[in-house]
Amino acid sequence: MVAGVEVTGEGLSCRRGDRLLFTDLSLNARPGTLTAIVGPNGSGKTSLLRMIAGLLKPEAGTLTLSTGGVADEEPATLLCYLGHHDALKAQMTARENLEFAARWQGAVRDPDEALARLGMTRQADLPVGYFSAGQRRRTAFARCWMVGRPVWLLDEPTSALDSAGRAAVIDLIGAHVADGGTVIAATHETLIAGAAELRVA
Amino acid sequence: MSAFLALVRRDLLLSFRIGGGPFLGLAFFLTVTAMLPLGVGAKLNLLGEAAAGFLWVAAALASLLSLDRLFQADAEDGSLDQLALGALPLEFAVLAKAIAHWLTTGLPLTLAAPVLALMLNMPEAGYATLTLSLLIGSPVFSLAGAIGAALTAGLRRGGLLLSLLVLPLFVPVVVFGAGAVSAAINGFEPGAAFLFLGAVSLFSLVLGPVAGAAALRIHLS
Amino acid sequence: MLRFANPKKFLDLSGALLPWLWLGAIGLMGWGLYAALFATPADYQQGDSVRIMYIHVPSAWMASFIYGFMFIASVVGLVWKHPLADTAAKEAAPIGACFTAACLITGSLWGKPTWGTYWIWDARLTSVLVLFFLYLGYMGVWAAIEDRAKAARAAAILCVVGVINIPIIRFSVEWWDTLHQGPSVVRFENGKLAPSIDPSMLWPLLAVAVGCTLLFFALLFVRMRTDIARRRIRTLMTMKAAA
Repeated sequence: MVAGVEVTGEGLSCRRGDRLLFTDLSLNARPGTLTAIVGPNGSGKTSLLRMIAGLLKPEAGTLTLSTGGVADEEPATLLCYLGHHDALKAQMTARENLEFAARWQGAVRDPDEALARLGMTRQADLPVGYFSAGQRRRTAFARCWMVGRPVWLLDEPTSALDSAGRAAVIDLIGAHVADGGTVIAATHETLIAGAAELRVA
Repeated sequence: MSAFLALVRRDLLLSFRIGGGPFLGLAFFLTVTAMLPLGVGAKLNLLGEAAAGFLWVAAALASLLSLDRLFQADAEDGSLDQLALGALPLEFAVLAKAIAHWLTTGLPLTLAAPVLALMLNMPEAGYATLTLSLLIGSPVFSLAGAIGAALTAGLRRGGLLLSLLVLPLFVPVVVFGAGAVSAAINGFEPGAAFLFLGAVSLFSLVLGPVAGAAALRIHLS
Repeated sequence: MLRFANPKKFLDLSGALLPWLWLGAIGLMGWGLYAALFATPADYQQGDSVRIMYIHVPSAWMASFIYGFMFIASVVGLVWKHPLADTAAKEAAPIGACFTAACLITGSLWGKPTWGTYWIWDARLTSVLVLFFLYLGYMGVWAAIEDRAKAARAAAILCVVGVINIPIIRFSVEWWDTLHQGPSVVRFENGKLAPSIDPSMLWPLLAVAVGCTLLFFALLFVRMRTDIARRRIRTLMTMKAAA
């Protein structure tokens, strides 16, 4: 079981430049659930994820990550963020990338185990620069699973993935949710049954 | 500590795999130094007099050369987000990256400086002071430079702006560094200049990471 | 938040103040410069060239004063997120850069008859030159970052870092000056500002200085109002495009 972390947001507003993306948005993601953020392009799905990750300050409103009803002091260490960009260094091998992440962010699993789980064992010692978009996505997701923090913030986690990759990713998301993890994903597809839906206008 | 060293190690690794590590900066340092006699004429006494100040300016420019990629690459591929979600605050990420930058620019330049000083006919009394002053002062190029690099991280053509932002911050180091060397050459005690140099260096050790992290957070949002 | 963002109060207040600022600036500078050019005596050593002082010294004051003003506005903008403070800092910078340039140019023109050269690397002139670079860098950050809120914060951080560094830069340059100032350079004996300056020169100088300060605020208000109008037009255009 992972520590159950609840994500609560109230009255959130987001401004990008001169544009107000959304206002007065509320969200509540409980441990053991998947929340799918849906909405048209440019509606602020990515911004909302970055906001929860603490990378983007809300224009208005409050965001809290709490464990057992107590707000956490350092939310950054409770979450993994998988963004649009895979955040991998092209000149380093997949294993080197993951080994660095394991030391910088901490990890609950071994880099090799994580790469194997996503079917990347054969490519582990190749520089990421040679990877296809799908292979990079698998590596980036492997990092998220390896770091294994309670809250997963996923931006289109299945983009560029083939069916085997999708199956592995969906499988791991399901397992994390069953394990008491909190998953919030911006996605257009149904990742697991019974996901809550949060619409960003 | 392990996280901090991991980042230093990663940046060193990347520097060797992409930019040829310290060699590009060294090559620049050498080329510029070779141009000085070509520009002002091979008058040995003139070169010897200008050597200390010139080497300091050349070191500043050589450090500047790779500064614009300090955060740019991480900003482009999304790594900056992951750095912000580490076990350590962003300030330490800036410090670790500045240290890696210094190890691949400032340190090799410091080691190469006596050889170049020889080529410029610098008086013998200045060699030890030149090396020591660069060793103490050149970290400022990476630490104060990190502020400018962080401010221009998200910009497409930040390089020119970066040099405009950081060169004024380099003024005190160049003044005290070159001052120490000319004091030593002219038979004075360079102690005071070393103290100032150390003070500026320590100061930028604090200001660089703090202001750099604040600037990076703007880029993240 | 929205209360601050509404600049109506500022527009009313600055609109009411502007005529008086212009009047004061023109009056004081007019009298001061008349007195400086015609009423005061020429210096016994420098002759008429001393009259450059009445532009040079107030420009130097304004160069520092405006950077200080930008620093305060930047801190207010960073801490209280007041959009007007960001605008004030942004619009003050080009005015400050102009005063700094005026200080450098008049200093150089004054240098030729006094020191025999257009430029000498003395500590004061050199630190003003570095200040000019700081102004340029500050304006460069505003120009380079498209998102206004981000540009404001980046420029504010740069301004604060600059203010922290100015004393260090100044000190280093002064230290360097004593090191390098050889006997070959003819030094101006009396110093730029003699401690006991004659009242007939002091009053015009003060008048020009205060006049320059009023001029600064007048120009600043005009620039801020223009900026607010420009942003309003942009909002209207965006709304029109969306409709």
